[in-house]
Amino acid sequence: MENEFQPIIVGFLCNWCSYRAADLAGTARVHYAPTMRPIRVMCTARVEPEFVLKALREGADGVLIAGCHPGECHYVEGNIKALRRFTLLKAMLRQFGVEEERVQLVWAAASEGKQLAEAVDRMTEQLRALGPLRWRQRVLGEQPVARHALEVEVGG
Amino acid sequence: MNAETPDRARHAHHATPGAEHGERVGVYVCHCGHNIANTVAVEEVAEWAGQQPNVIVARDYKFMCSSLGQELIEQDIQQLGLNRVVVAACSPHMHEKTFRTACQRAGLNPYLFEMANIREMGSWATDDREAATQKAKAQVKGAVDRAVRQQPLEPLYVDINPNTLVVGGGIAGLTAALELANAGYHVYLVERDSSIGGHMAKLDKTFPTLDCAACILTPKMVDVANHPNITLLTWSEVLSVHGYVGNFTVRVRKKARFINEELCTGCGTCVEKCPVRIIDQNFEVGLGYRKAVYRNFPQAVPKYPVIDTEHCTFFQRGKCRACEIVCPTDAIDFNQKDTFVDLEVGNIILATGYEQFDARRVSQYGYGRLANVFTSMEFERMVNAAGPTAGRVVLRDGVTVPRRVGIIHCVGSRDKNHHEYCSRACCMAALKFAHLVHERVPEAEVFNFYIDIRASGKHYEEFYHRVLAEGTHFIRGRVAEVTDAARGPGEEGQLIIQVEDTLIGKQRRIPVDMVILMAGMESRKDARQVAALFGLGCDYDGWFTERHAKLDPVVTMTEGILVAGACQGPKAIPESVAQGSAAAARVAGMIGQRVMKMEPVRASIDASSCSGCRICNNLCPYHAITFHEDRKVSEVITALCQGCGACVAACPSAAISGAHFTRDQVLAQIEGILWDARQPEVLWLEPQ
Repeated sequence: MENEFQPIIVGFLCNWCSYRAADLAGTARVHYAPTMRPIRVMCTARVEPEFVLKALREGADGVLIAGCHPGECHYVEGNIKALRRFTLLKAMLRQFGVEEERVQLVWAAASEGKQLAEAVDRMTEQLRALGPLRWRQRVLGEQPVARHALEVEVGG
Repeated sequence: MNAETPDRARHAHHATPGAEHGERVGVYVCHCGHNIANTVAVEEVAEWAGQQPNVIVARDYKFMCSSLGQELIEQDIQQLGLNRVVVAACSPHMHEKTFRTACQRAGLNPYLFEMANIREMGSWATDDREAATQKAKAQVKGAVDRAVRQQPLEPLYVDINPNTLVVGGGIAGLTAALELANAGYHVYLVERDSSIGGHMAKLDKTFPTLDCAACILTPKMVDVANHPNITLLTWSEVLSVHGYVGNFTVRVRKKARFINEELCTGCGTCVEKCPVRIIDQNFEVGLGYRKAVYRNFPQAVPKYPVIDTEHCTFFQRGKCRACEIVCPTDAIDFNQKDTFVDLEVGNIILATGYEQFDARRVSQYGYGRLANVFTSMEFERMVNAAGPTAGRVVLRDGVTVPRRVGIIHCVGSRDKNHHEYCSRACCMAALKFAHLVHERVPEAEVFNFYIDIRASGKHYEEFYHRVLAEGTHFIRGRVAEVTDAARGPGEEGQLIIQVEDTLIGKQRRIPVDMVILMAGMESRKDARQVAALFGLGCDYDGWFTERHAKLDPVVTMTEGILVAGACQGPKAIPESVAQGSAAAARVAGMIGQRVMKMEPVRASIDASSCSGCRICNNLCPYHAITFHEDRKVSEVITALCQGCGACVAACPSAAISGAHFTRDQVLAQIEGILWDARQPEVLWLEPQ
């Protein structure tokens, strides 16, 4: 347990369903992996692909987008728009070599605290199996040479 | 009680005031008694927060939401000149409003406040103190970084037009219209059919009191027609809805009746003399006839008939004109065209009702195949004194009186193959039918086949006992099939109901003459189109979604659009009436305010960046984005926008900004929340 890799997940939760689901999970004391760091958005349709990429670039090992079930969106069908956008983003991430499990879209109604908690746990396990993302090496193709090492080389 | 005072709260100042953005942030970490402090090292989080850029002061305190906690914030705003406040405590759904108000009291714009949810999404969701503390720090950092980019916002105010549109003239819509009209407000009531009254007008008796539906409904219908504050638009449909709460513009199509309403006296001579007789599939559900020029029923409101162009000989073959000849006031107008009416209203109440489940879909019950299988609405018309059989209970041949009647509950309801939900009204209607069969055919035997008897309502259970006492047989079990294939003596020429009687654990075959299927309620076929037209949501089954199932059942997520009656879910008459009144009360409350305050979380378009691509135009579920052809740019109508942000995310030119959820703010929060996750910077080395 001590040295087990703790992934970091950024969770974009819609204000009306999934944020409330996460609230409910807490209120009901449903324990789940403390890996998901929540960001509240009014609707999953607000989540720009840029937000997901930014999170991965900034060091997240995965991104979870959670919204209302289809047909139950507070904004009629924002979740469907999110789904369409997500499908395109996934195709792009595949080309980057980012595993499918790293970016997930789930539906969680305000009453589904347990389900949301399970989704976080499941994703955490999947990310543990995959290991850290390391965007810079993986996607940007950077070599793991630190700036100070370079400075030493040039300076010397 | 010796509670901790603000003075004893720990705090840690940071030495570089407003380093990055020149903003002065105060961070307040709540213990929530032990709720947070037991799992999150709150002191450590506060101390660490105090060392972050822009943070002027960071404190931890037992109960931030207490009046002392709030005063602490207010004092700091005033004494330390804070211009941003972050509270790390419970969910913003719990106390965001509390702290926003506290900020406002101290003169800080409430939208410069941000909350980090370290209780519901932190301490309550794990036992791991180290991880919870780390997560709390990340959330605080995200909130601080977001807060420094937050902008002061002002609430929006819109005027409320006192006129109201009610869509649907069933009992729910009638009630809502009358309540508002009686309160002195003008109501436009739009009904698709030629008469108001809805399903209730078709019913005979109403459970559990057995008063006749017409006796209690028709006076209300007449009241609506005569009310000076109600404009009744029957044979009309809503075509388009524009605008926003307080200011809707609604276009209604008044379909041509081919009757001049100014001249028609409602004498009914045209109906009498019309030579065309067709089966009435609508009002008489196929059991009776109507003419090509017709009224649904004699007490129809309004009294004017309507010409059915599909069956009228004149419209089909250019001959006849019998109605025109006999009309004493020359009210028949074959050249009448559809007209369009534009209404200006402040609120809209949808009371569009339900449809009966098509019993043909449960094919094993034989409706449409076996003549003497009836639907509940057919039976309802049959027992109605004004109905096609003048109230006589007879088989399909119109003569034979049934000796044994089987009533099957839950047809299409409580059935995984069709609708999982309970239709609520059918159990009681079935009990009412059992009573009516006994009343009309005293020698008949009645069998009720039920799963559970749902008699939850005032005097409902008593009614059930009354029907039990009358000698109705109750057989608990879902009917497997209704068949006319006789297996043994006594079954010939009968309908046999095959059922497992779950109370005695045996298969039974009950021969009857007549079967009544208690077909459930389902949403209207066009419910989704109607929902899209008015900009509200539907659930899986097509019922309109209310804002809160328990606490806000008649208001929808779209401001100014309300729902009443069975369009929101299966309902009997009392609940529909209650909702109609409730919706009217809500509307009256809004009108009384004259102006309405709205959250300023809205999108706006920077015209200078807009390329006029129009991608956003169709994304908006509220038609809140208009395109200016002349300038080739789009614009958000602020009062229409609900702030979902779909357009903001979609704009390829980043010309749309979503107030309080700007790109800048969210990206800053992402960076902040991942403060400890960033990979060390590495450089790309050119290959040698």
